[in-house]
Amino acid sequence: MGDEGVEPEESATAVAAAGAGSRDTIELDRVTKTFGDQIAVNDVGFGIAEGEFFSLLGPSGCGKTTTLRMIAGFEVPTSGSIRLAGADVSHVPPYKRNVNTVFQHYALFPHMTVRNNVAFGPRSKKVPKADARSRADEVIRVVRMEDFADRKPGQLSGGQQQRVALARALVNYPTALLLDEPLGALDLKLRQAMQLELKRIQREVGITFVYVTHDQEEALTMSDRIAVMSEGRVEQIGSPTEIYDAPATVFVAGFIGQANLWPCTVVGARNGTTSVEALGATLTAPSDEASPEGEATLMVRPERVRVSATDPRPAPGVNATVTDLVFQGPVIRLALAAADGSEIVAHVGSDHDLPFLRPGDEVTASWDTGAGRVLPGRPPAMDADDYFDEELAEDWESAPR
Amino acid sequence: MTTLGTRPPETTPPAPPPTGAAPSPSPLRRVGPWLLNGYAGAVVFILFLPILVIILFSFNDPVGKFNFVWKGFSLEAWQDPFKYEPLVDAMIVSLEVAAVSTVISAVLGTLIAVALVRYRFTGSGATNTFLVLPLTTPEVVMGASLLTLFLDLNWATGFWTIVIAHAMFQISFVALTVKARVRGFDWSLEDAAMDLGATPLRTFLRVTFPLILPGVVAAAMLSFALSMDDFIITLFNSGNEVTYPLFVNNAAKTALPPQINVMATLIMLASLVVIGLSQIYTRWRTRG
Ligand SMILES: Nc1ncnc2c1ncn2[C@@H]1O[C@H](COP(=O)(O)OP(=O)(O)OP(=O)(O)O)[C@@H](O)[C@H]1O
Ligand SMILES: [Mg+2]
Repeated sequence: MGDEGVEPEESATAVAAAGAGSRDTIELDRVTKTFGDQIAVNDVGFGIAEGEFFSLLGPSGCGKTTTLRMIAGFEVPTSGSIRLAGADVSHVPPYKRNVNTVFQHYALFPHMTVRNNVAFGPRSKKVPKADARSRADEVIRVVRMEDFADRKPGQLSGGQQQRVALARALVNYPTALLLDEPLGALDLKLRQAMQLELKRIQREVGITFVYVTHDQEEALTMSDRIAVMSEGRVEQIGSPTEIYDAPATVFVAGFIGQANLWPCTVVGARNGTTSVEALGATLTAPSDEASPEGEATLMVRPERVRVSATDPRPAPGVNATVTDLVFQGPVIRLALAAADGSEIVAHVGSDHDLPFLRPGDEVTASWDTGAGRVLPGRPPAMDADDYFDEELAEDWESAPR
Repeated sequence: MTTLGTRPPETTPPAPPPTGAAPSPSPLRRVGPWLLNGYAGAVVFILFLPILVIILFSFNDPVGKFNFVWKGFSLEAWQDPFKYEPLVDAMIVSLEVAAVSTVISAVLGTLIAVALVRYRFTGSGATNTFLVLPLTTPEVVMGASLLTLFLDLNWATGFWTIVIAHAMFQISFVALTVKARVRGFDWSLEDAAMDLGATPLRTFLRVTFPLILPGVVAAAMLSFALSMDDFIITLFNSGNEVTYPLFVNNAAKTALPPQINVMATLIMLASLVVIGLSQIYTRWRTRG
């Protein structure tokens, strides 16, 4: 996917932006990490401000953990540099860096009590025993584990172990806390509770959080800013709304939320709008200096698509045929086929004024000009999920009833 | 179904319909467990028979110098187990050799095991292979070649050559045993310790070592036993030093007092106590 040659400029501007800003707590400057001939992290650069909740989001194997491990000091960058509070730490071992990690499987010391687990940090930094203990107790209170201080990790539930891991990582008063999918092992309910808990603790201690996750919802709800990664590269950095409303690449648009991604051809740009040919019609979308030319992708979020059944309005729209209707609770998911055969997905809220629709009905799909985005590169080929759905649908239709 | 259809029609008559009563278990079903238990019991009995004989004959009141024929019950040997000084000396030599060689092999074997599991380095594959050799090579070959080496070096054989010879196979044994334990070790614990500010040394002493200690202790105990009862390799490299197995072997030609049995029984009791204590310790640790 990355061979369209657009990302390098993207990440280069991100680097420049990070370098130009005020002094960041954590700065990555053109960091690359290779294992043998495999590139795990590829020319990544960004800065994280003090007190920020910063997420690294991306699919499995995209290099999130490797990036985090380089910040923690477990891996040395192959090239590029990492600065903590302004000092280059690229070759400083983990035990001399003032950042702490919450590991995915907690990595609590099984032979120590909760209190000793938490006091291990200050003890390692040669804090006197009594002080280390009182500091440990203080942090154990912050994570509300004071009733379990004398237990061993094996006698705690997953959520409780999670809190201890958090306390242990906070007790050294780090300049930043690194969390590698800390909620990955918890069930959905506990996960949501812990998300709130994490935000509360972050507010309370005011420490920079670098949070690794592959769960886009988690990243969107918790983060101040998100870096979306793919195949070792940072695709886009921005606030959750920026990432959702104005994805920079086809990958980001497809990875965060749901998106209609249609191949299109840019035919002209004028007064801040781009005209594209897509879905057998000429459509407009807002343009900026980064807008591509020629072959591109038009993106529209399903909830921005309006569907009208009766007499096509003069407003620009696309004629389409209803192919599928799924009631999904708060929204109805409508699948439409445009004149050129492309699929248009629309999410229609409960306040719609649509008549009763069935597959085969003719409708018009439209959206505000501002809802469309022209992205560089072609949309990805239909993925296995879609393919499977279609086969299933065919089976369903041909089955005797 | 299609393949079935091409087959010639079945010629065998259909199985007789089940009789009304529930099928009674075959006789083998009922006797089977008894046979199995009886067999297992017999095997265990045969395995332990020599040990039982040793214990039993420690209470014998033997005729003459040899303790081979049961004559009558006596507590005489137990009342004075240390009557024969050479026997006691030999036991002390054995204990000393085992203690020294076990400490050496426990330390070196553990370090080898950790290194082999934790790191990939040039020669790690070869080390893995060489590690097995001392345990698989016939003891005669090991003993003889070691002796050749000591002679070449012009070293007088004695206490320290026995220690070296024992440590050689004990290191292999400890390394292989501890390796099995270390392989299941969660290395992110080391990352966590260093992340919290512990130096590599403190990480090893406070996190890695305490967690693999049970494996090290078990390996050390077994390798202590290996040293205690080694005969062939010791025979080659002992010089004038006499260990317990060597003494018993010599004594078998001249005199076998029941004190030998008493001492063997004492060793056995001691090892049972150690095993029991380690069980209690493990249970206490896991209970927390
Ligand atoms: N120690 C290593 N040796 C060799 N390759 C590695 C090593 N660590 C990571 N990699 C490779 O680098 C790539 C990035 O791995 P990384 O663990 O950073 O991914 P991730 O984004 O954290 O994925 P996940 O969501 O599955 O945890 C992967 O292809 C992985 O196979
Ligand atoms: Mg990971």
